[in-house]
Amino acid sequence: MPHTALPPDDVLAGLLLAGDETAFAQVVDAWSPGMVRLARVYVSTEDSAAEVVQEAWLAVVRSIATFAGRSSLRTWVYRIVANIARRRGGREARTVPASSLGAGPGTDDAGPGTGDTGGPTVDPARFAAPGHPFAGHWQQPPAPWPGPEQALLAAEVRAEVAAALAGLPARQRVVITLRDVHGYDSAEVCSILEISVANQRVLLHRARAAVRLRLERYFDHAAARAAEEVP
Amino acid sequence: MTDPAEPSNEPVDHLACNELVELVTVFLEGDLDPATERRVIDHISLCDGCDLYVDQVRQTTDVLAGLSGGAPLSPADRERLLATFRDSSG
Repeated sequence: MPHTALPPDDVLAGLLLAGDETAFAQVVDAWSPGMVRLARVYVSTEDSAAEVVQEAWLAVVRSIATFAGRSSLRTWVYRIVANIARRRGGREARTVPASSLGAGPGTDDAGPGTGDTGGPTVDPARFAAPGHPFAGHWQQPPAPWPGPEQALLAAEVRAEVAAALAGLPARQRVVITLRDVHGYDSAEVCSILEISVANQRVLLHRARAAVRLRLERYFDHAAARAAEEVP
Repeated sequence: MTDPAEPSNEPVDHLACNELVELVTVFLEGDLDPATERRVIDHISLCDGCDLYVDQVRQTTDVLAGLSGGAPLSPADRERLLATFRDSSG
């Protein structure tokens, strides 16, 4: 989501290169929150995320002259954040190189159907088995969720979704965070993370299915609790 | 299909629900080829379970969008950055 008050990239890059402090303060204020969230995907504490962002801004200042305009300036800055955070992150071991996608089950599976690759995203037991006249069709379809008018639920729902995000494999978490939390489009995410459109889509798909499942369980439990309270 | 008692609701293309749920993301991205997109639309128009599933994925992305906001830099960090910027380009 571009900051509307910022000048176009070429102008902005020129101002930064010329040492315009107002312009620098403007981009720092506009982009740092998103950069902290991106860094937080790789590192385990808010403090180290803040340090990554500091380091990234210093790298931006040092290398702004090398910005060639092939990506948007913000994408260029985010790539720097991702690279620094990845290098620092204790989660490096959990991330799967893009080249290993599609080469078998992900090494960072958090359970059935949650890995980066392979397998259905919805429990096969919820569909009629092969050989059944309705093979592949819902046996246990989703139940409707309470509507958005249940404002009291909103904070709990957000907490549930945040917890679901935290539990995702790192690569899925990065992609869904950029796409659905920050509102980047597919091309921007591919560019920041330097992954293919297909990889991006697989990671997003698995991540969304996992978060939806978490919400479904939450609403199911809430409905069960409500039913118990009714005499 | 959610109701095996109504086989007349079977989508003519036989796209199964367990196939449809794996197409949700590419469908929501608008990246399906026109023929497949039409099969998906036909299917969800007839299948309450899949209609609900797709809607719940959309609701999930709505909640995710609501998580945006994030903490700004601490004032101290911000000042340090601005000072560094001043020094580096002075």
